[in-house]
Amino acid sequence: MTLSEMNFALPDLAPAAAEIFLLTMACAILVLDVFLKDARRTVTFVLTMLTLAGSFFITFVGSSAEITYTFSNMFVDDLMGDFLKLLLYATVFVVIMYARGYMLERAPQAKGEFYTLTLFATLGMMVMISANHFLTVYLGLELLSLSLYAMVALNRDSVQATEAAMKYFVLGALASGLLLYGMSMIYGATGTLEITGVAERLQLGAANKTVLSLGLVFLVAGIAFKLGVVPFHMWIPDVYHGAPTAVTLFIGSAPKLAAFAIVIRMLVNGLIVLAQDWQQMLILLSVLSMGIGNLAAIAQTNLKRMLAYSTISHMGFMLLGLVTGVVGGDARYALNAYSSSMFYVVTYVLTSAGTFGMILLMARSGFEADQLDDFKGLNKRSPWFAGIMMMLMFSMAGVPFFVGFFAKFSVLQAVVASGQIWLAIVAVIFSLIGAFYYLRVVKLMYFDQPSDPSPIEAAFDVKVLMSANGLAVAVLGIFPQALMSLCAYTLLRSL
Amino acid sequence: MSGYLLSLAIWIPILAGLIVLATGSDRNAPLARMLSLAGAVLGLLVTIPLWTGFDYATSAMQFVELKPWIPRFNINYHLGVDGISMLFVILNAFITVVVVLAGWQVIEQKVAQYNAGFLIMSGLMNGIFTSLDGMLFYVFFEASLIPLYLIIGIWGGPNRVYAAFKFFLYTLAGSLLFLIAQLYLFINSGGSFAILDWHQLPIPMGAQIWIFLAFLVAFAVKVPMWPVHTWLPDAHVEAPTGGSIVLAAIALKLGAYGFLRFSLPITPDASHQLAGLVIALSLIAVVYIGFVALVQTDMKKLVAYSSVAHMGFVTLGFFMFNAMGVEGALVQMISHGFVSGAMFFCIGVMYDRVHSRQIADYGGVVDKMPKFAAFFMLFAMANAGLPATSGFVGEFMVILGAVKYNFWVAFFAASTMVVGAAYTLWMYKRVIFGKISNHHVEEMEDINSREFLILALLAAGTLYMGVHPLPFSEVMHASVNELLRHVAVTKIQ
Repeated sequence: MTLSEMNFALPDLAPAAAEIFLLTMACAILVLDVFLKDARRTVTFVLTMLTLAGSFFITFVGSSAEITYTFSNMFVDDLMGDFLKLLLYATVFVVIMYARGYMLERAPQAKGEFYTLTLFATLGMMVMISANHFLTVYLGLELLSLSLYAMVALNRDSVQATEAAMKYFVLGALASGLLLYGMSMIYGATGTLEITGVAERLQLGAANKTVLSLGLVFLVAGIAFKLGVVPFHMWIPDVYHGAPTAVTLFIGSAPKLAAFAIVIRMLVNGLIVLAQDWQQMLILLSVLSMGIGNLAAIAQTNLKRMLAYSTISHMGFMLLGLVTGVVGGDARYALNAYSSSMFYVVTYVLTSAGTFGMILLMARSGFEADQLDDFKGLNKRSPWFAGIMMMLMFSMAGVPFFVGFFAKFSVLQAVVASGQIWLAIVAVIFSLIGAFYYLRVVKLMYFDQPSDPSPIEAAFDVKVLMSANGLAVAVLGIFPQALMSLCAYTLLRSL
Repeated sequence: MSGYLLSLAIWIPILAGLIVLATGSDRNAPLARMLSLAGAVLGLLVTIPLWTGFDYATSAMQFVELKPWIPRFNINYHLGVDGISMLFVILNAFITVVVVLAGWQVIEQKVAQYNAGFLIMSGLMNGIFTSLDGMLFYVFFEASLIPLYLIIGIWGGPNRVYAAFKFFLYTLAGSLLFLIAQLYLFINSGGSFAILDWHQLPIPMGAQIWIFLAFLVAFAVKVPMWPVHTWLPDAHVEAPTGGSIVLAAIALKLGAYGFLRFSLPITPDASHQLAGLVIALSLIAVVYIGFVALVQTDMKKLVAYSSVAHMGFVTLGFFMFNAMGVEGALVQMISHGFVSGAMFFCIGVMYDRVHSRQIADYGGVVDKMPKFAAFFMLFAMANAGLPATSGFVGEFMVILGAVKYNFWVAFFAASTMVVGAAYTLWMYKRVIFGKISNHHVEEMEDINSREFLILALLAAGTLYMGVHPLPFSEVMHASVNELLRHVAVTKIQ
């Protein structure tokens, strides 16, 4: 058989231009970094930032309201994907800015690896966001996960970090297994793994219901693990706590965007016919996460661990928006519901990046600033950053005028609109419990005396970025309309 | 200008607060104080046209501003005042000036943050009184918790952390159910957050009961009504003087105002149905809390409990559904703003000198502070409801309204005249009269000109309202009658 007989057609590469660019650059940086002397390591940093900026440009220019499929329908380029990718680049950009000084100091043996691993993880997330095939989802997820395992263990002399990486790897591999198993059953039931194809087959009603339900259970379990919701949350506190703070910052922010995207791709785009089934599962996961996340967070003395449990509760809250899309077979509320979840995730990423960024900002050589008590009397040491942190905490607690309030508001209105008022009541009761531990951070900063009166040492650019991050939480809290509409619009064009 | 008066009343104090915050450390304390005073006075000045330009004849909203805020959820920046809310905006602006003056020499640490906290809170509370959009109301309602939480926690007494948490979590707990009730109304009104639309919305009885209860929890915690009043004495005792003044004079009015703006007009049938419950809780507050106040040994706690009892009068007045009761309750709210603010300021004056709030640590203060004792006497009498002070007018009107409603309700309500006099005057006697009890009292100096000014301002308000209450009730007349007419019509279809 000759080449021409294979009828080999080159796929349309344009929808994946940003991915291709980022992959090329990541490989180039990886090679280049080997030849750089330690003193010239800034080049890696600058190139990484330029790569992100370049990807941003390519995605931005290439974005259109049309949905394009490529690579034999395995890959989709739509407005939701573009929007999430733009946010992803911005988040990673901010993360690297916050993390740079910290990584230089803490993991000197890791040279440019932090940057290249971050880029590969970003690529994985981009693939997840644009997946239109269960295997594409899996590929993206594994690329992200493997990069993250390595990043957690980047500081190889730290026992804690190595332990966290091991835990993450073992549990993550298990979750990937669950996900694959679920996918295989869906393939068995429908005969395809292409997400839009699965949706079509299900519409026809030709699939074996029993196999499909089993597959769905495994799929949801796998997703729940990646999102870190109860009862698949066990890895979150250990990994958040054990990983270097800069890596925790990364794990705690950008991947939430990608995780949200694969939920939309697999459950909504692919399995919307089964919405009644997965919504019930998600309700259970959501209520458990809000309960256990908020209650366990109260008992923590380590800020990273507290934020880990807070993440669990926030992801639970975000799931609430996803369980309200289809009411009794009627998908009228779907757009409102899913866009409220999307708004929740986006604002959570912004707030979470700020919070972990603040821990990095306060850290200096030989001092981690990850204990709650390290924030004691911050108002005396730096009223400005105490104010920023206060805004972030009140935003997380859902107090207006901060953006976290409107995130909770939009999800709650979706829940009430779907007629599940009891669920809204459960959610606000757990938010009230959650408010306690955020208030405690404010209490430490404002009501207590500092145990260490030294002022904050941080680079000027990090300080500016931190301030912008905090102010964004306030400004978006006063003018949330634009972001809300953007979430709704991009989803409308992509569903 | 006049089209933006309400916006100015909200944002001038907030902006002033941010500017004050920018003055930074305590090296600039004098500047921070001057700027705060300027902001507070300017904030008061812009509210005066609200009174002078007020149309007494209409019950419609006045000085209305309407701009889209979050069109996606049809949330509007919708402001306006009627006869019910207008006076509170002015009272709030006035109290802010008092508070800034009250902390002038006393607060020496983090002056900028202290004053900024009060200015921002003042703006937020004006927002609550003027919002005609449910979500805008809620946003101001919740946001106003933050400054007071910080004020109690930073400048409060020894048990301040406990008090600040209790204050925040109690009030947050109440308002979260309020949020869900609002979302329910939003969905069922076809996507409107306008409070005035909700007034016209027909709601079946079952839903009305639930909405009413959700409102009740939110507002009862804020008022506070028995049995959810327990955060108030703690918050008052630990708060600095300014915090106590704002809490008593304005923050307590927010819950009562909510009853008039939300509970009665949105769920009139449930209000009638459950009026017995609210009246019972109010009477318990009036009688039982009155006796609780009698046995207090801490002056601030005593006045805090007396506030609960007085606010019981207010909620009682609302739920008798007659004009006398509602107007009496509103007058009582304004009056209580002056009187309780003044009482807390008086206690603050003594605390600054002796650093104790215990009644037992005082005695014979009149010998050392005759001017102060005279003022304190006036406010104590007003607190007890003496005729010719503002305290009398409201209480008397509510009692008259109660007589129309039910003799026994009136009977128990009137007992406050006795109990209120007992706890206030007995405290006054033990603190002010008698022999000079110890060397701390011996060293007390009489009030300085700043304190004199504050007390004179508050005294003028108290006496003016007591002698000539007509202008105050005139303002409310049209709006209260319209409200009662509205509440009398069923919303069940």
